[in-house]
Amino acid sequence: MLLAKLYQQDRGGSFLLMALLLAAVLVPVLNLWVPESSPLHLSTYTVTLLGKYLCYALLAMALDLVWGYCGILSLGHGAFFALGGYAMGMYLMRAIGDRGVYGNPELPDFMVFLSWQEVPWYWNGFDMFWFALLMVVLAPGILAFVFGWFAFRARVTGVYLSIMTQALTFALMLAFFRNEMGFGGNNGLTDFKDILGFDLQADSTRIGLFLVSVLVLALAYLACRYIINSKLGRVVVAIRDAEDRARFVGYKVESFKLWLFVFSAVLAGIAGALYVPQVGIINPGEFAPLNSIEMVIWVAVGGRGTLYGAAAGALLVNYGKTYFTAAFPEIWLFALGALFVLVTVFLPRGIIGLMRRGKDRQS
Amino acid sequence: MKVLDRTREVMRRDRVFDFMMPKVVFSPDLDTRHGPILYLEGVTVSFDGFKALNDLTLYINNGELRCVIGANGAGKTTMMDVITGKTRPDAGSVYFGQKIDLLRMSETDIAQGGIGRKFQKPTVFEFHTVYENLELSMAANKQVWHTLFARLNGEQRDRIDRILELVGLVEERHRLAGVLSHGQKQWLEIGMLLMQNPRVLLVDEPVAGMTVQETERTAELLTSLAGEHSVVVVEHDMEFVRSIARTVTVLHEGSVLAEGSMDEVQNDPRVIEVYLGE
Ligand SMILES: Nc1ncnc2c1ncn2[C@@H]1O[C@H](COP(=O)(O)OP(=O)(O)OP(=O)(O)O)[C@@H](O)[C@H]1O
Ligand SMILES: [Mg+2]
Repeated sequence: MLLAKLYQQDRGGSFLLMALLLAAVLVPVLNLWVPESSPLHLSTYTVTLLGKYLCYALLAMALDLVWGYCGILSLGHGAFFALGGYAMGMYLMRAIGDRGVYGNPELPDFMVFLSWQEVPWYWNGFDMFWFALLMVVLAPGILAFVFGWFAFRARVTGVYLSIMTQALTFALMLAFFRNEMGFGGNNGLTDFKDILGFDLQADSTRIGLFLVSVLVLALAYLACRYIINSKLGRVVVAIRDAEDRARFVGYKVESFKLWLFVFSAVLAGIAGALYVPQVGIINPGEFAPLNSIEMVIWVAVGGRGTLYGAAAGALLVNYGKTYFTAAFPEIWLFALGALFVLVTVFLPRGIIGLMRRGKDRQS
Repeated sequence: MKVLDRTREVMRRDRVFDFMMPKVVFSPDLDTRHGPILYLEGVTVSFDGFKALNDLTLYINNGELRCVIGANGAGKTTMMDVITGKTRPDAGSVYFGQKIDLLRMSETDIAQGGIGRKFQKPTVFEFHTVYENLELSMAANKQVWHTLFARLNGEQRDRIDRILELVGLVEERHRLAGVLSHGQKQWLEIGMLLMQNPRVLLVDEPVAGMTVQETERTAELLTSLAGEHSVVVVEHDMEFVRSIARTVTVLHEGSVLAEGSMDEVQNDPRVIEVYLGE
């Protein structure tokens, strides 16, 4: 009943959810129970790769929520993603315990290397998983709140806002590169051993992480869809299309932008937190301004303002990236640039827009 | 130098930052005992030294329909900007009723407090349907959290239906506002104002780009609104102004040149001079 209704109202979304469900069933079966000799066997490497794509899909969806629906072109979502990742990384770091290279029970390796005597205060609590999860939400959330509070109140919009978000992520990158910050400098956090006691190298843990990613992506999609279909969603689109009108109708434009931006940043942070245990490392490179620009391309390619389009774009572009960087590493950046130009010129509404147009013609 | 001026402006000692101002509470019964609902006194607005409004003093009575005319650049739109909080004047005071100081309120508070405004260039939410445009404009709790769970109730639906009928857009209710004709957009915007339950309607050039029939219907609509609402209409179309006006105010170079009935104003030698002098 509910599902039928969902299907009628939101075909693309139902398709995404179906695909996720299918993946949640097939991937574990093909990886764990199909013997390695079989051609149908899915390697653990591929499972991890797919899990990584799902994190990117979640990140793209978060970006689409603010860009596609509210016209806030954030070129700094990589920062929120990385902050969530660092919060998770800090937990994983503490979980190593005395199994580090230096065997120090108290200090993570990089601190021993810097000959620090004790763990800095802001590492307190990260040995507890729930605390780390809280930080996964709070660190990007609070940063987005503070940034948005100033930017939206000062009515910074358009290109200026985009530049400010780039500056934000760039500044964080420089800060995290510094050893004195206490986040592992340019090596970042790595050599993780286990999460909640499960060995990170084990196939079953990989599958577990993959399934959690599927679940979180599905839930996030439903949450975003709920917001967009609510009156709040209509207000947000109204702000995108005629900000002054919305203001003179009586909506506090800056509050709406702020809360949407914070929610989006939190989703990005969660994506980062899911990403880190799967790829096994987080370093300041994740803050690189270029990363944040790449995310915009995923959304543009998929088709902004649809949510599922953003997810599809992220999967597609990253699949292309994996393929290209293996086959012709030098041309990936050019291919990405060309893709962006092609999409903006010929497919302003992305691949989803193209598919919809095809359907309209048929009917 | 400009930066310094800006800084000084922000740091002015006779004014606190907007967001730190105490919340003004609207009482449902606005104090209009003395007649006027809007008081503009000595309002001056200058843009880089050019005075768009120059010591403007103007009173709008409760329930009246007032037409404001004036040549291009006379300051009509700027006057509306000042009333709705979009532009802060350099000098002067603006009161809503006896007690509410509009200069201390934000645009959204003014809008929620009962002053609705139609822009010179018709502005509607183009990617929403006509119905949704009205829904969004409706007087309601407009806080973020509240809108997330808001649902239309029967009474509210009736209200939207009534307004749809009033502005003649019943057939178009499910069409996107972006595909409406120019005239229909103007009406939709007026409908959106009405959804806000305003005490005062500021209507900037409502019949620009309308056909003769549309203009006539708009005249009817606006006259029917006066009484229950106070309506301020800015318009260039003299024919239209003549058809609805009871009191006309002529603005010239940012201040009031003449005020009275249409005939009085048209025979005023100063008005003739300004209009013919161009
Ligand atoms: N933001 C601004 N910056 C600089 N000058 C401005 C600004 N807004 C208005 N002006 C100037 O102030 C004067 C009054 O403008 P206003 O828009 O109020 O005129 P108006 O009476 O509405 O004219 P119209 O009939 O053309 O709409 C004009 O000369 C205009 O150029
Ligand atoms: Mg004007």
